[in-house]
Amino acid sequence: MSDRLTPATDAAATAEAAVPVVADSSTAALPRSETPRAGWHVGTVVAARRETPNATRLELDVDDWPGNAAGQHLDVRLTAPDGYSATRSYSIASSGPSSRIVLAVDKLPDGEVSPFLVEEVRAGDQLELHGPLGAYFVWRPAVETGSPRPVQLIAGGSGVVPLFAIATAHADAADPTPFRLLYSARTPADVYFADELRGLVAASAPLRLDLVYTRRTPDGWPVPAARITREALEAAVIPAAHEPLVYVCGSTGFVERVADWLVELGHDPRSIRTERYGGT
Amino acid sequence: MQHVDGNALAGPLADYFSFDVTMARARCLGCGSISELARAMVYRSGAGTVVRCATCDAVLATLVESDDRAWIGFSGVSAVEVRRG
Repeated sequence: MSDRLTPATDAAATAEAAVPVVADSSTAALPRSETPRAGWHVGTVVAARRETPNATRLELDVDDWPGNAAGQHLDVRLTAPDGYSATRSYSIASSGPSSRIVLAVDKLPDGEVSPFLVEEVRAGDQLELHGPLGAYFVWRPAVETGSPRPVQLIAGGSGVVPLFAIATAHADAADPTPFRLLYSARTPADVYFADELRGLVAASAPLRLDLVYTRRTPDGWPVPAARITREALEAAVIPAAHEPLVYVCGSTGFVERVADWLVELGHDPRSIRTERYGGT
Repeated sequence: MQHVDGNALAGPLADYFSFDVTMARARCLGCGSISELARAMVYRSGAGTVVRCATCDAVLATLVESDDRAWIGFSGVSAVEVRRG
C-alpha cells in the first residue's frame, strides 16, 4: 500500500534506511515540514464576534505573519501586569499566505486564557502570538502531494476549527480529492462556521458533511441526540477499504474513542492523524 | 489535568530548536516503537511537561522551563530521525 506513496527523493529513502522504520504511508504522503518558520508576532484584532453561544470568532491582522498551512495552530500568550503569563494553543481556521488569520475560541469554564479571548477581546486589541506551529496535523492539495487518497475529517466540538481550515483549503484549490467531514456538535446552535460549511458542501471540490448532535437536534432530525457510537461512525466515514487519510480533532476523550474505533474498523493506524485539545 | 498530544510541543520546542521537532520520529527506549513526536502523549503541569510513548506509556522526554533557561531531557529516546533539507 505504501509503495505508491514512497517519497520521490533519495534523501528520504536514505534516512529510512539509517534508522529502520516500518513502512509508513502517512509520513511518506507528507512533503517534508515545508511550513513557514515559527516566530513571535503581535496580532491586532480586527473583528471579534460570537460564533456560538460559547465561542468567539477572532479575525487578526498580523503584519509579519509568514502564512500558514491548513491545520496548523498558534500559541497565544497573555501576560498580566505582575508578569504572570499563560500560554494556550489555538487552531487556525484559515490558511494560505494572508496576514489576516482567523481563530475560533471555545470558552473553557475554568480556563485562564479562553474566557478573556471569548468575552473580553475587542477590535483594536493586540495579542502576543507564536506561530505558525505544527507540521503534522496539516493537509495539502493533491497537486502538491500526488496523493490520490480520499480524506475523512472527524471533528468533536471546537475540534472542527483546523478541519474547517483544511476543508476550506480543499475548496479553494478546487481539489478533486473526495472529502467527507463528520462533525459532532452539542446542538445546532453549537455548530461552528455553519454558513461557511454549507458553502463548502456546495463548492466544486467534493465534500460530504455528516452532522451528529449529542444534546439536541434540529426539528425533524431522523435520529435522536446521542454521542456518536461505533456503528454511527462506521456508517458516516469513508470505508477502510478506500484507504482514506483520516484527521481527527477534538477533546482527548473524543479523539481516543474515535481513533480506537477506526482501528477496529480496519483503518491503518498510520493513516490516522490526531490532535487532542484536552478536557471536555 | 487531561493529557494532550505531541502537537502541543510545537510551540514550546520552537523556542529551542530550529526545526519542527514534532515531525521528527523518535524511537522509544522502552518498547522500540518509532513515531513522530506529534503522536506522543503529553502531560503538562505547573512543574513542567512530560512526554510519554503512545504505545507503551514510558517517559520519552521532559521539559522544564524557568524564566531564564530550560531543561530538556530525552531520557526515553534511543534515536531521533530528522528529515534533512
